Amino acid sequence: MNNKDIVKASLKKRYAKEKRFKLYGIVSITLSFLFLAFLLADITGKSLPAFTQTYVKLEIDFSHKNLKLKEKASYSEDELFKASYRTLASKALYQLFPDIKSRKDKKTLRGMVSVGAQYELRDMVIDNPNLIGTKKEILVLADDDLDSFHKGIIDRSIPEELRRVKDKQVSWIDKLEADGRIVTRFNLRFLTSGDSREPELAGIWGALKGSFYTMVITLLLSFPIGVAAAVYLEEFAPKNNKFIDLIEVNINNLAAVPSIVFGILGLAIYINLFGMPRSAPLVAGMVVFLMTLPKIIIPTRASIKSVPPSIREAALGVGASKMQVIFHHVLPLAMPGILTGSIIGMAQALGESAPLLMIGMVAFVADIPQSFMDPATVLPVQIFIWSDSPERAFIALTSAAIVVLLIFLFLMNFLAIILRKKFETRW
Amino acid sequence: MTDTNLFSLLIVSSFVAYFLALRKARSWQFSENKVSLHSLPTYHGYLSAITTALPALIVLFLWMFLESSVVSAKIVSSYSELASMNEQSVSLALNEIRQLAVTGLGNQDPSSFYHLAAKQYNELYDQSNDLRSISVIALLVIGFLITYLRIKPDSRTRNSVEKFVTYFLLTCALIAIVTTVGIVFSVLIESIEFFKRVNFFEFVIGTHWSPQIAIRADQVSSSGAFGAIPIFWGTIFISFISMLVAGPLGLISAIYLSEYANKKVRAVLKPILEILAGIPTVVYGFFAALTVGPYIRDFGNWLKQFGLDFQIQIFENFTVSSESALAAGLVMGMMIIPFILSLSDDVISAVPDAMRDGSTALGATRSETIWKVLVPAALPGIVGGFLLAISRAIGETMIVLMAAGVAANLTANPFNSVTTVTTQIVTLLTGDQEFDSAKTLAAFALGLGLFVTTLLLNIVALHITRKYREQYE
Repeated sequence: MNNKDIVKASLKKRYAKEKRFKLYGIVSITLSFLFLAFLLADITGKSLPAFTQTYVKLEIDFSHKNLKLKEKASYSEDELFKASYRTLASKALYQLFPDIKSRKDKKTLRGMVSVGAQYELRDMVIDNPNLIGTKKEILVLADDDLDSFHKGIIDRSIPEELRRVKDKQVSWIDKLEADGRIVTRFNLRFLTSGDSREPELAGIWGALKGSFYTMVITLLLSFPIGVAAAVYLEEFAPKNNKFIDLIEVNINNLAAVPSIVFGILGLAIYINLFGMPRSAPLVAGMVVFLMTLPKIIIPTRASIKSVPPSIREAALGVGASKMQVIFHHVLPLAMPGILTGSIIGMAQALGESAPLLMIGMVAFVADIPQSFMDPATVLPVQIFIWSDSPERAFIALTSAAIVVLLIFLFLMNFLAIILRKKFETRW
Repeated sequence: MTDTNLFSLLIVSSFVAYFLALRKARSWQFSENKVSLHSLPTYHGYLSAITTALPALIVLFLWMFLESSVVSAKIVSSYSELASMNEQSVSLALNEIRQLAVTGLGNQDPSSFYHLAAKQYNELYDQSNDLRSISVIALLVIGFLITYLRIKPDSRTRNSVEKFVTYFLLTCALIAIVTTVGIVFSVLIESIEFFKRVNFFEFVIGTHWSPQIAIRADQVSSSGAFGAIPIFWGTIFISFISMLVAGPLGLISAIYLSEYANKKVRAVLKPILEILAGIPTVVYGFFAALTVGPYIRDFGNWLKQFGLDFQIQIFENFTVSSESALAAGLVMGMMIIPFILSLSDDVISAVPDAMRDGSTALGATRSETIWKVLVPAALPGIVGGFLLAISRAIGETMIVLMAAGVAANLTANPFNSVTTVTTQIVTLLTGDQEFDSAKTLAAFALGLGLFVTTLLLNIVALHITRKYREQYE
């Protein structure tokens, strides 16, 4: 048997191997895709219930007696604010179920509307004092248990002792539903209110604002400083200098240091040493700035490097100083690349949560932050806080918050891609 | 004046300085006997603005950082009650005084020393405030006058401005170094404090970790046991599982994309896979804890039942918990796939075509070329990429925090919960913390370990990758 025969004999096996290997490639890529698809589908699916909200249609009696107001022609806002709204919804509910007598049952019954309902009724009366003394059908916010049950998240087929909504409540809900008193509306509150312990009252506006303030600080610090550092290293730094090498190694390393280490730095230096306030977007922005800095320096250097020497030489030739060459010619030409890199860096910064846990952003903050120094949380940390909450309804809220976060990130990345496509220059 | 007012004043005066200097320079340019300037008028404007605002800005910042400590020191030195206290009670007393001073003196007994100190505190702050406003305004005026009066047609202002800009650029580049120094400083000092209380070897080779409660009476530190082996093991275990997923999948996908896929497919697939890299880790953590975790637990229970049915010995003590190393590791692996993919793709594409062509000319199939020529040639780069991926897995926080649990089990059972360095740092440092307790200090020691480990991995990885690039350039 000569060599040719040996090769021929092995060919079949080798081709099979080739085919097999190609198949492995396709399988592994498909697996990664399936994972991405599963992750997105799973989270989107879980988030859907959070975008709607269940209300109970109740006939509220705004009588003076119920509000504990004296009868007179007009009331000051303060008087209206201090009036009693606590029992309005409960009384309307008792009227619908006149045969419920025991205290315990009554308590369960009133628990079916949200504790936030009274504040809504209060605002309604303050907006429109003419309501006083009248009766009106009003959509009252339902409690999260009723909400989850109505959306089918709490399954009625599981045994009563394992179910949060008991059989008695189920019968009440069925009756309300039969009367057409249970209504579903778009959950605007999710986008406009702050955090709350009650799932039906909780929203992401506070976290979004916190994220916004944090990102403003991060951008204001990391963009100018990152670009300046990149310009120095690319244009001014002496070549073959040990100290400059140290800076470069340092920047590359900082890009790979675990984010939590930056959190430790924030805690030890900003908070304990400088005495800055905990949970403030200012401190959060300063921590995230340190992490984002190398992510801006590295792409900026690359795009400065890609500006051809002919541009520089031409500018120098007509008498520009080195500084003028850089600021009038090189930087504007490199700007699309710099912006693309910065947007991607900012997108990563927006999704960062671990270091912010360390500077106190896990604290429960119900108020909407109004400045850079107010206690706040950011969207990713809000997701973490909610995912830890025991109520079932928070799963939907968490998923919905993730959907919002991902939409922002996709938009930012999309913008970066567009910028790159539109202004990309081939020299 | 308040901080904000002073800042606004500063900004306004630098603008004013800019325009005044600009006007003065232009007046020469457009005067009758047309003097030619050495520098463009705008440079005179820039220089005035800089010299006006910069010294005042520096003073303002220094004031912000030093004010509170100077005031506290003054109060401590003027009250004998405070001077005799130990450090901790002094800081408590100062806090109380600050509280009093800020919220108003109210119904406090006016003869108590707290009341007096709070009063003095307010007075000192008022004085400091006045002094600050005066010095900032004085600096603004002096800084402006010095440059403004010296504007001459032949003054070399552009050179001064450019020199200043160069120093500014250098300062920005130095921030990277300052950051690293800051990290080292913040973990090292507390770690040293920690190792003064807990024996270093007990920490490194001890197998029991429970920082919360005292285990035995004769312990070095009475607040718990600090054997970090279970934590190190948990970290390594989860990273290992994730690399088991991400290594092969990432590498083979990269090879497929760079060697088999045609350009169009590649242009579509790569950005989509990069989406995976852009998803925040908290999202993966949620997915691991709420979706993957329960599946893994059910599978573990099924496996256990299966083992018990066949009376296999090891399944008798087989623990299946809802938070498992496997769930965290799997999802972390998925997170790392795009990371390995893009790094490997870069290095494989960097192998010169001559090597591919040579191998093909000798009659090798594509897969033979890949395994016998390309991968060995790209090996250093691939190894570098894997090391970076491992460093990332070790430092990953949110996924393990949400999906792997906090119980420090020393176990090789992937269905059991383990804990990691990062999880422990977060649990020890968030929530109610008494500073200076061995428990919080332990977090800094773990942080030091984490920083040093990832630093070493990164340096080695970057070094290997750089050497590899030079080889083919």
